[in-house]
Amino acid sequence: MVTNKNKSSTPVIQIKEMHKWFANFHVLKNISLGVNQGERIVICGPSGSGKSTLIRCINRLEVHQQGDIIVNNVELTGDLKNLEAIRSDVGMVFQSFNLFPHLTVLENCTLAPIWVKKLPKKDSEELAMELLTRVKIPEQALKYPGQLSGGQQQRVAIARSLCMQPKIMLFDEPTSALDPEMIKEVLDTMIELAETGMTMLVVTHEMGFAKKVADSVIFMDEGEIIEQNDPKNFFNNPKNDRTKLFLSQILNH
Amino acid sequence: MSEKTYKPGNYPDLPPPPGTVGVYGWIRQNLFSSISNSLLTIISVVLLYYLIDGIIGWFFLDAVFDADSKIACRKIDDGACWAVITRRVGQFVYGFYPEAERWRIDITFLTMFVAFAPLLYPDIPKRKWLLYFSVFYPFFAFVLIMGGYFGLQKIEYSLFGGFMLTVILGVCGIVCSLPLGILLALGRQSNLTVVRTLSVCFIEFMRGVPLITLLFVASSMLNYFLPPGTNFSILVRVIIMFTFFSAAYIAEVIRGGIQAIPKGQYEAADALGMNYWQKTRFITLPQALKISIPGIVNTFIGLYKDTTLVVVIGLLDPLGIGRAALADTKWNGLSTETYLFVALFFFVSCFAMSRYSLWLENKLNTDQK
Repeated sequence: MVTNKNKSSTPVIQIKEMHKWFANFHVLKNISLGVNQGERIVICGPSGSGKSTLIRCINRLEVHQQGDIIVNNVELTGDLKNLEAIRSDVGMVFQSFNLFPHLTVLENCTLAPIWVKKLPKKDSEELAMELLTRVKIPEQALKYPGQLSGGQQQRVAIARSLCMQPKIMLFDEPTSALDPEMIKEVLDTMIELAETGMTMLVVTHEMGFAKKVADSVIFMDEGEIIEQNDPKNFFNNPKNDRTKLFLSQILNH
Repeated sequence: MSEKTYKPGNYPDLPPPPGTVGVYGWIRQNLFSSISNSLLTIISVVLLYYLIDGIIGWFFLDAVFDADSKIACRKIDDGACWAVITRRVGQFVYGFYPEAERWRIDITFLTMFVAFAPLLYPDIPKRKWLLYFSVFYPFFAFVLIMGGYFGLQKIEYSLFGGFMLTVILGVCGIVCSLPLGILLALGRQSNLTVVRTLSVCFIEFMRGVPLITLLFVASSMLNYFLPPGTNFSILVRVIIMFTFFSAAYIAEVIRGGIQAIPKGQYEAADALGMNYWQKTRFITLPQALKISIPGIVNTFIGLYKDTTLVVVIGLLDPLGIGRAALADTKWNGLSTETYLFVALFFFVSCFAMSRYSLWLENKLNTDQK
């Protein structure tokens, strides 16, 4: 594990006693979580535990019904102005990449900067090329997503989010849809991103990644945060029985 | 052939066995794959030979291209009597548009291709300048066809007819119904209850009523519903009805396209901070329209052929002109030639639309380029 030099004590995400229901089903129960600038948090837990729903609440792809979520000092409410401000500050990477198949890689990256941030076309193309270089696929800029491998597509998706110059990045199981040999290239990209000081919330089952970069690991089950600890203590001395069971299932196979 | 041995990892790429690829391979696999298939192939070739022989004879070799009447035709040869077409081709094309003014239709028709080129072919050189012409073209065409301005003789719409009428109705209907259909499809998916309800009512009403009923309404009743004083010509009223009718169908086709887009596309656009109109313009419509191309063109072709229905309200479309020709005692009984000619015109137009849609689908297919 590396110590995080970029971590500060400025809070960028504050979640207070948040609840969410899907119709009558109580998916998130009394979630409270604070994230400081530069902090890297890994969220794990069995499927259906609400971890994806939790990070999707942070940019309001899902709407919570009770409690507060404050991102960058702006409270998430139905107000569209606030929402647009938050969404252009919070980038998100999805399990299924969700690249726009009718646009080239470069157009995927420049669409939102040009139309949402009103950046001149030339500047956004330069920025996009710079970020595509950072994820090591500048030579694919003029291809369409359908011509790339899964790992390449996911790296494009990361570059596309970074083109909006977000302060926070959310990753929703970014490697779950990838072949084993492609997982590494995406994780390496994420590790490099972490080294630049980006605030990251990552839902993943890649425990190696958690050990390597996380400042804090959260275990969720049945809509609750069961345990939160630094990776060393989390993996070596889990306190809760459910955490122990989960770790024994995913680490010893 | 002796099997060579290779070290693991060094096996070379060999050519496929002979007789499985190329012209010979295709013939063997598709025409002579079994005894019964070979027999079918031979029988089909023989049948085709006799059929084509007869068809070419009737259409061309034994046909008469100019004569004064059907009886005169029959005296010359016993094939098709195309004289009914060649003698009346002006009426088939222009209806009763005055002969001295027909150049106006010719120019409008030829410039139509220039106006459509930048819309249909996005890669055309100087597209931007051509687009200015496309925007200006409807006014240009209107003035040229109707007259009454710039010293052009005013022509009554009741003189319109033939293929010219078909093209005017078809093109106006197609051009107007696509944007209206898109708006209706978006309206039907809208979160605003009023917009959604209105769209649903409009679509269901237009789809639930026969087109002929709408045309009768256009010819006799539409003026009752419009504010007093407005008086559209019958041509405009018919175009409005065609537009509404096919817009309802197109809206449903596009709705299907919109629903086929994965939810993740909207989530990605949302996560990037795009608003509703940005999402619609850059994410939803490009993908939905691409999926809907076959359905949209299907509707267009249907609309184009349905323009022949205007004959029931007294407009002389090509079929009407054909019937007028057949009513002439000189040409009595030549319905085969007349209707084949009209059918050929419709086939050529519709086939062109169909080929264009295939080309466009291929061009927009970004998966395996």
